[in-house]
Amino acid sequence: MEENKKIYINGRECNYKDERNLLEVIRKNGINLPTFCYHSELSVYGACRLCIVDIENKGIVSSCSIKPEPEMRVKTHTTELRGIRKISMELLLANHSKECTSCGKSLNCKLQDLASSLGVGDVRFKKREKLIPLDTSSQALVRDPNKCILCGDCVRACDEIQGIGAIDFMNRGSDVQVVPAFDKNLAEVECVDCGQCARVCPTGAIVPKSDIHDVWKELEDPNKVVVAQIAPAVRVAIGELFGMKPGTILTGQIVAALKLMNFDKVFDTSFAADLTVIEEANEFLRRNESKDSLPLFTSCCPGWVKYAEQYYPELLGNLSSCRSPQQMFGSLAKDLLPGQLKINKKDIVVVSIMPCTAKKVEAKRDEFEKNGIPEVDYVITTQELAAMIKEAGLDMNNLAPESLDLPMGFKTGAGVIFGTTGGVSEAVLRYAYEKISGKQLDNPDFKAVRGIEGLREVEVNVGETKLKVAIVHGLANAGKIAEMVKKGEADYSMIEVMACPGGCVGGAGQPVTFDDNTRKERAKGLYECDKMLQLHKAQENPYVKEVYNKHLGEPGGHKAHDLLHTTYRNRKRIFESGFEVLSGTNSQKLEISVCVGTGCYVKGSQNLLHKLIRYIDEQGLQEMVNVKATFCMENCDKGPSVTVGDNLIYACNFEKAVSEINEKLTVLKVD
Amino acid sequence: MKKSRVNLKQITENYKDAGKNIKRRIVVCSGTGCVANGSKNVLDAFEKSINENGLNALTSLSFEHKTDNSIHISKSGCQGFCQMGPLVSIEPDGILYVVVDKDDVPEIVDQTLIHNKVVDRLLYKDPKDGTFCKGAKEINFYNKQSRYVLKSCGSLDPEDINEYISIGGYSSAEKLFNDYTPAKVCGDMIEAGLRGRGGGGFPTGRKWEFTRVEPGPKKYVICNGDEGDPGAFMDRSIMEGNPHSVIEGMMIAARAIGADEGYIYVRLEYPLAVARVKKAVKDAEEMGLLGDNIFGTEHSFRVHVMEGAGAFVCGEETALIASIEGKRGMPQPKPPFPAQSGLYGKPTVINNVETLATVPLIFRDGIENYRSKGTDTSPGTKTFALTGHVANTGLIEVPFGTTLREIIFDIGGGITNEEGKIDNSMFKAVQIGGPSGGCLTEEHLDLPLDFDSLRSIGAMVGSGGLVAMNKNTCMVQMAKFFMDFTQNESCGKCVLCREGTKQMLGLLEDIETGEATEDTLILLKELAGAVQKGSLCGLGKTAPNPVLSMLEQFHDEYFAHVIDKKCPAKKCTALLAYEIIEEKCKGCGLCIKKCPTGAITGERKQPHHINEELCIKCGACLQACRLDAIETGV
Repeated sequence: MEENKKIYINGRECNYKDERNLLEVIRKNGINLPTFCYHSELSVYGACRLCIVDIENKGIVSSCSIKPEPEMRVKTHTTELRGIRKISMELLLANHSKECTSCGKSLNCKLQDLASSLGVGDVRFKKREKLIPLDTSSQALVRDPNKCILCGDCVRACDEIQGIGAIDFMNRGSDVQVVPAFDKNLAEVECVDCGQCARVCPTGAIVPKSDIHDVWKELEDPNKVVVAQIAPAVRVAIGELFGMKPGTILTGQIVAALKLMNFDKVFDTSFAADLTVIEEANEFLRRNESKDSLPLFTSCCPGWVKYAEQYYPELLGNLSSCRSPQQMFGSLAKDLLPGQLKINKKDIVVVSIMPCTAKKVEAKRDEFEKNGIPEVDYVITTQELAAMIKEAGLDMNNLAPESLDLPMGFKTGAGVIFGTTGGVSEAVLRYAYEKISGKQLDNPDFKAVRGIEGLREVEVNVGETKLKVAIVHGLANAGKIAEMVKKGEADYSMIEVMACPGGCVGGAGQPVTFDDNTRKERAKGLYECDKMLQLHKAQENPYVKEVYNKHLGEPGGHKAHDLLHTTYRNRKRIFESGFEVLSGTNSQKLEISVCVGTGCYVKGSQNLLHKLIRYIDEQGLQEMVNVKATFCMENCDKGPSVTVGDNLIYACNFEKAVSEINEKLTVLKVD
Repeated sequence: MKKSRVNLKQITENYKDAGKNIKRRIVVCSGTGCVANGSKNVLDAFEKSINENGLNALTSLSFEHKTDNSIHISKSGCQGFCQMGPLVSIEPDGILYVVVDKDDVPEIVDQTLIHNKVVDRLLYKDPKDGTFCKGAKEINFYNKQSRYVLKSCGSLDPEDINEYISIGGYSSAEKLFNDYTPAKVCGDMIEAGLRGRGGGGFPTGRKWEFTRVEPGPKKYVICNGDEGDPGAFMDRSIMEGNPHSVIEGMMIAARAIGADEGYIYVRLEYPLAVARVKKAVKDAEEMGLLGDNIFGTEHSFRVHVMEGAGAFVCGEETALIASIEGKRGMPQPKPPFPAQSGLYGKPTVINNVETLATVPLIFRDGIENYRSKGTDTSPGTKTFALTGHVANTGLIEVPFGTTLREIIFDIGGGITNEEGKIDNSMFKAVQIGGPSGGCLTEEHLDLPLDFDSLRSIGAMVGSGGLVAMNKNTCMVQMAKFFMDFTQNESCGKCVLCREGTKQMLGLLEDIETGEATEDTLILLKELAGAVQKGSLCGLGKTAPNPVLSMLEQFHDEYFAHVIDKKCPAKKCTALLAYEIIEEKCKGCGLCIKKCPTGAITGERKQPHHINEELCIKCGACLQACRLDAIETGV
C-alpha cells in the first residue's frame, strides 16, 4: 500500500507525491508563491528569496530548495514572510532602472507584476548604484544591466539548457553583474543568439533587439515591394498577445493584418520548408546510399549551426548543406519575384516574421548576401509583429482572415510542423518513406517522433531499410549527441537539432510566457494545422513541383544548389585576427604571425616573438613586415608555430624564422 | 610497492635520543607577524653568532648531529604575542625576549648563552608597573591563558614531522585506525562534545555521524582554512605553527566517516600557511602516514592542498565546495547538507582548522580530560584574536566559560586610551565574532563566554575575533566598518544579502552624515531583521548582527546622531561644529588653503574665522592646523 504522504499548508491538509520540491507542492495546492529564480527546467538556485515559507521546527527557508516531508507544517503568508518579501522587492526596485513604460518587457515583466501583486507601495531605499552602459553589440539581443535583478536565470539557461555558458556572474557584492566572458560584448563571444536568456529573463535586462522601426520605413516607401514570410510557429503563438489561448491558429488574421499594414505580398515560410524537405531528404538519401557523412544533421536552426561551427567544426561535413527555410525563401524570392512582378531586385524587401532571435543574425551572414543585396532584409519576431499590429491600431480578434499569396504562400502540412521538435524529422520521413519504398504512404503521421523529451531516438522500418532518427532540442542535448557521433557511438541515419526547448514554438521571439504548458499548446496548434490542410507531404505541393520544373531543375541540381544550399565555417577560434604587434607601411609587406596560445607559449613562443621584433628593429625592416601574435593555430604538439608569408613553420626557433623571413623578403624586394 | 608500516615509537625514541644532549634550545617565533618584523634575520643571526663563538648550532635534530653541548635553534609557529615580535625564547632557562632585532643577537649569545645572564632590556615590561618579566610565566598575557590547542604552536618546529611525532603526534590516529570502528570514533566524539570552531558551534561528532551513515564508497573530508574575518588569524597560526595536528585531525575524521580523500582549503593570502601545510602533507606522505594502507590497515587517505582566492564567502561550506569544484564561490541552499551531498555530490565533512587540530588532543588525553575544560555545553578551549584598545594584543586561548573581564583586563592588560595608556574607565564595548558577531558591553563583563550564552544575547563566538573599544569609538562608524566589509564580501547571489547589506551601509552613512531621521532607524532595523531571517547563507544571515546589537546596546548614541545630529565620540566629522580658538591661531592661512568651500576667512597673522553656513564639516582644516587651534564640539 502506498504511503499516504501529506503535509499541512497553512493548517490545511495537502497530499503530495513525487514533486521536485515543496514549492511545487504548494503551487499545486493553488497557492502561487512568487519567484524570480525558479524555473522547473533549470537547477534550483534559491537566490530571490521570495518563495520563503515558515516551517515548524525549521524556521524560514526557501521552499524551492527543500523537499516535502511527511507531516511538515508550512506557513506561506505570515506577517514576517510578507514583510521579507516586500523588503526584497523594495531592495530590487531601489536600484532598478524604472523606465517601465518604455521598456521592452513592459506588461510582461515579472518585477512589475510582483511589485504590484505583493503590494509594494513606497520604495523607501535610495538608488545607490551607478548607471551601466547597455550592450547593443548583438544583432539579436540587447543587454541592459540596469534592469538586471541578478536572478541568474539567463546564466543557468545558457549553461544548462544550451550547454554554452556565454554569460556568467562577475564581481562580488552589489557590484555583481551578469556579463559575457571577460566583460566583452555579446557579439564578441560564443553566444549563438538563441535568446533563451531573454526568454527566461523576468525583467527587461535581456530582450530581443527590435527592427520594427526599419520595417515601418520600408512599408512607407512607395518604390519598394515589401514581401513577408511567416514562419510556422508564429501563427500558433501570436494570439497570446491578444488575449487568446496558446495554440490558436491565426494564419489568416496575420495575413489580413500585414496587408492592412501595407505589405505587398504575404507568403509562408512553410512553402520554403517544403522545399527544404525535398532538398534535405534527397541529400540524406544520397548520403545513405554512399554511407558518406552520416549521420546527417539538420541545418534549419541557426543557433545550432553556429553552435556546431564553434564547438564541432569537425562535424560540419555532417550538417546538411541545405539553407534554412527562411534563407531558401529569401534567395528564391529575390530570384523569382523580380521577373514575376516586373521590378528591380533591389526594390524587393523581404521581411521574415520569425519566432526566433538567431534568425536575425542568420539573415546577416555573408553567405546570404549576393552583390551587396541581402536575401532576407529584415527579421522581426512574433513579439515585434504583435507590437506593429497594436501600433497600427488593428484588433486581431476582429480581423477577417485573408489568404496567403501564391505561389509561395501554398504549403503542405510537412512544412508547417517544422516549427516544433520532431517536425523536421517527420516531414523528411514522409518524403523518404515513399522514395525508398516506392509505395504511397497512406497515413502520414509518424507519431513516434513527436514528444517533448530533450533527446529521443526512433527507428522506422521502410521495407528492408531501417532508419534510425535522433531528435534533440536544447543545445546541451545537441552537444551530448555530437560527442557520441565524434566517438563513433551513434549509429543514427539522421539527427534533427533545434536549439530551443520544444523547437521553434519555444523560440525567444515568441510571446513571453513563464508557463511550461504554453509550448505544448503551441505545438498542438501546429499539428492541428497539419491536419486541417489538404496536403501533408512536401512532395505533393504543386507549387513546389512547379518551381522545380520551371525554375530550379532537379532537386540538388546546379540551380537548386546555388539557391538552396550553403556552406559553413569553423568558428572554433573567436579571435581570428590576433594582436597586431608591428604593422609596416609599405604596400607590399610580409605577414608574420607567432602563435602565443598556451601550448606554444609554454614552449617559448613569447620569447621568440620578442627576439624577432628586436631583430626586425635592428635590421630596420619595420616597414616591410606585419607581425601578429595569434591565438592557437591548433598545432600545439608541434609548437611553437610561426607563419612567415604562406609558410607555416613547426617547432620554430629564432634561426629558422630569421632565415625564412630573409628569404621571403628577398623575393618581395625583387618583385 | 607497499611501504613498511611507520613506527611512531621508534621515531619518538630516536628524536628524543638525538636531543638528549642538547644544552639549550632557542625558539625564534616564525609566525607571519614575527617574520614580517624580521624574525628570519634573527634566526640567521643566531646561527652565525653561535658558530662564531665556537658553540655548535643545530637547526634540526637527527642522529647524525648527536653532539654534546649543542644549541638547537628552532623556529616555531605563532606564539601569539605578535605585538611584541619578533619573540625569542630560550629553554630551559625560561627566558622570553621580545622585540628582538638581529643586532641584539650577539648580545644575547654573549650574555645569556655564554655567561648565563638575562638581558633585561629585551624582556617584556609590564605596562602597569614597569617591572621586567623574565619569561612567559611572569607575563599576564600568557599566564592567564590556558593554551591547549595553541600550546605546541609556539614551541614546536612546524616543519619537523619527527618533533610532532615525538610529542605523541599521530598516535591518536594510529590508535583509531587500528582499534576503533568508525561508529566508535563518532560516538566518542559526540561524548567529548567538541563543537565546531568555525563559528556555528555545531557538534563535530554529530556532523561526522551524519556523514558516516550516508551510503557510498566515496566520501571527502575538507579542512576549512578560509579564515577571513578582519583581524582574525587563529587558523592561520595553527596551520603555520602545527600543520601536522590538522592533518592528524583530518585522518581521524576520515576514519570516522570512511573517507579516502581530503582537501585543505587555505586562502592564498596565507602563503606561509600554504607552504607549511604543503610540506607537512608531503612529509606525512613520505613517511607513509598518508596514502594507502595507513598504519598497516587496508584504509587509504590522501590530502590535497587547495588555495582559495580569498573570498570571505568561501568560508561558507557550500561556497567552499563550489570553489574546490572550480566553480564560482557561491553558496547553495541547504539542505542538502554537505553530509548528504557535498564535494562532487559525495558525502562530505567540512571542519574548521581549529576544530581539526583539537581532535587528536581529545583522543590523546581522553574524553574526560577534555570535558574537564570549559563549560558543560561548550567543553574545551577557544582561541581568540584579541585586538583594539587593549594593552596586550595577539592570539590567545582560554577555556569556554572565561569571562570578558578576565580576557580584557587580565590577559589584555586593560583598556587603553587615545594615547595608548591604560585607563580602564575608558572601556566601552567589545565586538566579538567579527562581522557576524555582536557587541558586548559593561553589563556583559562577567558573562561566562560560550556558544550558548553568546547566542542568547545576540552575539556569537564566530571564528573568534575580539575587538576591544574605548569610549572614543563611535558605534555608528563601527557598525559601518563591519557592514562595509560584509557588503563587499557578499557573493551577490541572494537579493537580501546583496542589496540589503548595501542599503544598510547606505543607511549607516546617512546616520553618520546627519541625513538620517528617526524613520531611518526604523527602516534600518526592519531591513536588518529581513536580511537576518531571509538570506540564503550564513554570511547574509549574520551580516546584520553587528548593527542590530550596536543599535540595541547603544541606542542613545544612535539617537544622538539622528535626532540631535551629534556624535558623542566626536568621530563623525559631518556632525561636528568647528571653531577656531583665537588665542591659539597664528593666522598662518594653512586652513584657508585647505578649506574646499572657502568657509574660512581672516587676515594673515590675524586669527581666522569659520563661517558655519559655508562649512561642510569635512574636517580638512582640523587636519591642516599644526597648532591645535581648531576645536570640534558636538
